[in-house]
Amino acid sequence: MKRRTLLKTSLVTGVIASTGLLIPGRVLAAYPQAAFESKEVDGAISAAMGSSDYADSGDIKIKAPEIAENGAVVPIQITSSIAGTESISLIVANNPSPMAAIFNLHGSEAFASVRVKMIKTSDVIAVVKAGGSLHAARQEVKVTIGGCGG
Amino acid sequence: MANSIKVRAKAKDGIVTVKALMSHPMETGLRKNSKTGKKIPAHYIKEVIAKVGGNTVMEVFWGTAVSKNPYLSFKYSGGEGDELTMSWVDNQGDSGTASVKVK
Repeated sequence: MKRRTLLKTSLVTGVIASTGLLIPGRVLAAYPQAAFESKEVDGAISAAMGSSDYADSGDIKIKAPEIAENGAVVPIQITSSIAGTESISLIVANNPSPMAAIFNLHGSEAFASVRVKMIKTSDVIAVVKAGGSLHAARQEVKVTIGGCGG
Repeated sequence: MANSIKVRAKAKDGIVTVKALMSHPMETGLRKNSKTGKKIPAHYIKEVIAKVGGNTVMEVFWGTAVSKNPYLSFKYSGGEGDELTMSWVDNQGDSGTASVKVK
């Protein structure tokens, strides 16, 4: 794991340094604006990952409430036991913009937890990128009061 | 923005669990002001980065679906005494940062 981290870090640093983009504190990857603006689940996944071709996997665990009383704050936890997990994306299928969060792991553990807003009852989808392929798991969360009202 | 992130990081068996709470409105841009009927402009955190000793351990991209005053938790391999720095940037160019020592 250490070796991989080192390789990855030195590779990325090398590319950034050689293109002269080295600004202190700058993010390594670019913000995938199109993925977050997409109104469709598959569109959002392909904008973020370059493909929406994923296989369902039992090695991804989503911990989310079955019924969320308050759609404004829905705690979601995702754990992947797929070897070589590179990133974890969280998608709320029925939200106006389904893509909620993308976690890019830098040698960190395949675990992510965040609280999201849900407009109505929807599937929560976790998409894991590992070794160039995509894996997904989903769970339905019932929402009694939507989280996007004013 | 002072104290815009509260971070706790605890090490156990070589794994550090980080829990962070940020203070931010996370406006979607879809909500309307109930008095004026005008849309409230989108204001949300786009990126959160965690670094240990200059190395990025976690990089997170967020959209508007993340709840107000966001909570974030993740794990990385590390140990006690690591100097963890977390920072965020939002769509209006505001930013915040905080450092903690892993306990």
